[in-house]
Amino acid sequence: MSEHKASAQGLALELRSVRKSFGKTEIIRGTELAIKAGERVALIGPNGAGKSTLFNLISGRLPITSGEILLNGKPIHGMKPYEINRLGLARSFQVSNLFPRLSVFENIRCAVLWSMGERYAFWRFLSKLDAVNQRAEEVLDKIRLRRKRDVHVTSLTYAEQRALEVGVTIAGGGDVILLDEPTAGMSKSETANFVRMIREVTEGKTLLTVEHDMGVVFGLADRIAVLVYGEVIAFDTPENVRSNDRVKEAYLGSVLAQNQAAEAGV
Amino acid sequence: MTDKMYTFRPVNVGRIVLWTLFALVLLVAPKVFTSSLSMTMLTQMGIAIIACLSYNMLLGQGGMLSFGHAVYSGLGSFAAIHVLNKVADGAWSVPISLLPLVGGLAGLLVAALLGALTTKKSGTIFAMITLGIGELVFSMSLMLPEFFGGEGGIASNRVVGEPFLGITFGPETEVYYLIAVYTFVCTVLMFAFTHTPLGRMLNAVRDNPERVEFIGYDTQRVRYFAFMIAGFFAGIAGGLYTINFEIVTAEVVGAHRSGAYLLFTFLGGALFFFGPIIGAVMMVLATVLLSEMTKAWLLYLGIFFLVMVMYAPGGVSGLIMMNLRLAAYGMLRRLWTSYLALGGALLVVLAAVGVIVEMIYHIKLNEAMGPEMTFMGATINTHGVDAWVGATFLLITGVGLFELVRRQFVHQWGQIQEDIEAENLRQQLH
Repeated sequence: MSEHKASAQGLALELRSVRKSFGKTEIIRGTELAIKAGERVALIGPNGAGKSTLFNLISGRLPITSGEILLNGKPIHGMKPYEINRLGLARSFQVSNLFPRLSVFENIRCAVLWSMGERYAFWRFLSKLDAVNQRAEEVLDKIRLRRKRDVHVTSLTYAEQRALEVGVTIAGGGDVILLDEPTAGMSKSETANFVRMIREVTEGKTLLTVEHDMGVVFGLADRIAVLVYGEVIAFDTPENVRSNDRVKEAYLGSVLAQNQAAEAGV
Repeated sequence: MTDKMYTFRPVNVGRIVLWTLFALVLLVAPKVFTSSLSMTMLTQMGIAIIACLSYNMLLGQGGMLSFGHAVYSGLGSFAAIHVLNKVADGAWSVPISLLPLVGGLAGLLVAALLGALTTKKSGTIFAMITLGIGELVFSMSLMLPEFFGGEGGIASNRVVGEPFLGITFGPETEVYYLIAVYTFVCTVLMFAFTHTPLGRMLNAVRDNPERVEFIGYDTQRVRYFAFMIAGFFAGIAGGLYTINFEIVTAEVVGAHRSGAYLLFTFLGGALFFFGPIIGAVMMVLATVLLSEMTKAWLLYLGIFFLVMVMYAPGGVSGLIMMNLRLAAYGMLRRLWTSYLALGGALLVVLAAVGVIVEMIYHIKLNEAMGPEMTFMGATINTHGVDAWVGATFLLITGVGLFELVRRQFVHQWGQIQEDIEAENLRQQLH
């Protein structure tokens, strides 16, 4: 424990023996994770390992059964999602989770409002909020949706919706970003561009991302956390994870083989 | 009926023109419609516009289906009439022109109290709680005759206190212009609300409450604040009601009125800000004019509502905006023959349904007056076989015609939408 305390200053996100049970089934089984500020971490693992559950626990969507979650040294478990968000943690969703009847710009602007202190104001016009609008326009450029500014979400392509999903996540200026399978379902060329965009928008921020594409994982992450059956079995640099026997056995061996087979097939 | 059809947005210059037009209509209306009946209707329209717009803050902008909005307008009415009586007694001194604000504050207060309970939930549960609260308040009106006035309600007299600039609010015209001013100001304020941070977040909560929680907002708070603001404007409508009618009975908080707000807001169209204005005008036309013309008015209203829900869920304003969008692409003229045919067929159906309904009502209710009845200037023998055969034939012909034209129209409409999509794509590529 003293070790944890000593290193707490530099940690953006810390999970201490986090457990989560649904009924009698324990999905997250004493997960430990300590992510340094400014670090990019990829969370990998087989289906059903609990990756999305872990995201839901961190972001406050689900309550933890036991353990501790700390954001910049402060405990956040038990808080509401919006309280956690206000402390600087923002997340995206695996299935695009946007405001379908609002335009692209309005989607982003909604995500900017709270962080710029506008709260529940009904005595100021949105059009007069220069700082808010400027930030929203910047995000629009960063996620390369300038040309779709006034288009409704329902008219966007799949890849564009994924980009907006990331845009809404980063718009509030949070310094810890959780992305849940941001590139899932995209083509190879789309993915390459998308990863570049993610790199740009998370510059200087702490990033935790769930990812299945091993090309993306090894290209993007400073460190990789391997989650198998609710436990982090390895948390190390990409090289070390790649050569880790336990990881190979539990997960990576089969995935890498699949990837190679797929590439050979193409 | 996809969302895409509603994405047309008028430009800002048009907005100024529209507001000026709205003010002009409010100003000139009593000069054009001078009869005492039309005066009655105009004043009621103003009140209904505020009430329906405030209701649409919940329904259209917040996705909150309330079955008890009359609680807030109605309690506003009661608060206003009690204050009015205090003024009449000489106990208090409140200018009559500010009485609607008393109603507004009462609506706000009640919404702050009850909203704390209702807005904790959303969706079906929210709807059920509002229904329950509506029933609760209505039943309280029977338990507390001191406040609600029992069966007879509470009466008052608006011509009290010192006249301000010679305005006594005795003549109906003065009341109309007071209501018109409130209608205009409230409409402007409620429109402005849709362009504020809270107004936009209310849309976000409507669209996807879950995501709202992950961008820093407490959805319950957003709903609660919007609910209070809607209650405030509903209360203003209630206060104006008090000034206009000078009597308030328990039915103003009842389920009938709540249902009317819902029905006509939906008919006018909840998707656009101006939809409820159209709905409110229709509400007064139906409850005052149509109910004068025929005993079967509720039946007609029900049929109309059904048809709209099935074929035009965007309401009248949705229809208008869809056609404006076509006009913006210069494609409306391709449809005018179809519209003419649709209108013609619809008239035949309407006439047939009208004759049949009126004949049934005549036989059931006016039998003592003999078998003869007049319909659209014609005398019809309701006991004659020819009348029934003729009406049935007319109905079958009308429905057949309508269905034929409708199919043609749907095909044409789809074609035009495709053309517009193609046009958009062309513009994007250039």
